[in-house]
Amino acid sequence: MTSTPGSAGPTAVTTPRPSEPVRRFSPAERWVHRTTGALMLVCVVTAGCLYVPQLAELVGRRYLVVTVHEWSGLLLPVPVLLGLGSRAFRADLRRLNRFLPYDKEWLRAVLRRDPRPASRPAGKFNAGQKLYAAWIAGAVLVMLGTGLLMWFTGLAPVVWRTSATFLHDWLALSIGIVLIGHLTMAYGDPGARRGMRTGSVDRAWAEREHSRWKPE
Amino acid sequence: MPVGRRLVLSMLGLGAAGLVAAPSLQRGLEAFLGSAADRDPTGLTGLLPNGGGFRYYSVTASVPRKDADTYRLTVDGLVDRPTTYTLDALRALPQTRTVRDVQCVTGWRVPHTPFEGVRLSHLLDAAGVRPGAGAVRFTCFDGAYSESLTLEQARRADVLVALRMRDEGIGHAHGGPVRLYVAPMYFYKSAKWLSGISVTSEVRPGYWEERGYDVDAWVGRSNGRDDTPTV
Repeated sequence: MTSTPGSAGPTAVTTPRPSEPVRRFSPAERWVHRTTGALMLVCVVTAGCLYVPQLAELVGRRYLVVTVHEWSGLLLPVPVLLGLGSRAFRADLRRLNRFLPYDKEWLRAVLRRDPRPASRPAGKFNAGQKLYAAWIAGAVLVMLGTGLLMWFTGLAPVVWRTSATFLHDWLALSIGIVLIGHLTMAYGDPGARRGMRTGSVDRAWAEREHSRWKPE
Repeated sequence: MPVGRRLVLSMLGLGAAGLVAAPSLQRGLEAFLGSAADRDPTGLTGLLPNGGGFRYYSVTASVPRKDADTYRLTVDGLVDRPTTYTLDALRALPQTRTVRDVQCVTGWRVPHTPFEGVRLSHLLDAAGVRPGAGAVRFTCFDGAYSESLTLEQARRADVLVALRMRDEGIGHAHGGPVRLYVAPMYFYKSAKWLSGISVTSEVRPGYWEERGYDVDAWVGRSNGRDDTPTV
C-alpha cells in the first residue's frame, strides 16, 4: 500500500503559515544608515569630551578631539549624498517626505496615547519616523553651518561666530535628547531593528506596525 | 503634502533666525541661568550651555599631580640668578590679590574671579633680567603647553604667578597648584600647571598660538573678538 501524505489521519489543526520575511531596506540604504549612525556617534562622543567637564578632564587631548569632531561633522551628510545614487534610497526619501491623511490619524493616536496598532495606521514609515527624519536632517544642516562658522573664523564677523556657538551648543543639546528618543524607540522594537540590521522584516510585524505599506 | 521638505527648510530658516536673534537670546538666557545656578544645589545648570562657570581644557591626555612636596618652579634663561622655587617659597613671597572677569576666547566668561599670588615682575626682578632680554616663555608640567609674553607685558602689575583662585588653593583641574594669570588677556594666556619661566630674547608663539590664536591676546582687541575688556 502506498502511503499518501497525511495518511495518518486528518487533524483539525492547520499548520500556521511561517511568517515569511519581507524586504524592507536595500544594502545601500543600510550602509547609509550605518555610516551616518557611526559618524553621528563620533560627533556626539567627541562633543561630550569637549563639553562635559568630567569627560574633558578624563580625555584631555583637546586639539585631537576638536579635529576628530570637526571632520566627523563635516562628513556626516556624505553617506546620505552618496545614497542619492541608489534608487531604493531615493524612493524612501520620497516616502519620508510625503505626509498622507493616515499620518494625521497616527499622530492623533500618539497624542491620545492610544497604543493599539489598529489606530496607528502607517505606510512604510510612520508619521513619527517622517518627522524625525526631516527634523534631524534640518538640524544636522544647521549644525554644519554653525560649525563651519566656528571652524573657519575668518568666514564671518565675530558677532556671527558668537551667535553660531550659542546656536551650536543649544541645538546640540536638543539633538542629544532627540537621539536618545530615536535609540529608545529602536531598543523597544526588535522587529524594526531587524529590518535595519538584515534588510528584512516579519510579514506579521509589517502588517501590524505598517498596515498601509505595500511591499513590492 | 511634502511636509518633510518643509520641515527641513523651516529648520534652516529657524537656524538663520537664531543666528540673528542669538545675541539678545544669549543675554537673556545667561541672566536667567546665572540666577538659576545660584539656587541650584544639583549643579546641573552648570552643564547647560552658558550655564556659567569654568570649562576644563587640557591639551594632553593626562596631567601629573603636584603638591607642596613635588612642585617646583624654575626661573632661568637670560637672567643673572636662575632660581628654583618650591610651593612654600612662593607662598612666603608678597602676595597680590586681584578680582577681574575671566574671558575665554571660545566665548564663556566668569565674572569677578579673585586670583591671588606673586607678581611675575617680582620673580623677574629677583632673578635679575639681563640686557638683551625681550620676552618671557612659560612651560607647564603637563608636558605640552607653553605660553609667552613680551617683557613689557610680563612686568604688568596684573600678571600673577597665581597660587589661589576664588580664595582657595588652585585645584588640579584649574591648573594647580600654580598657574599663570594674565588678567587683561584671553584665558589661554593664563597657562595652567606652570613649571618653568624662561627669559628669552624674542617671543616664541605658544601652544594655541602655533594653531592660529593671537600672540598678543588682549581681551576685546584680538582673535577677531570684541568682548568687553577684563581690565
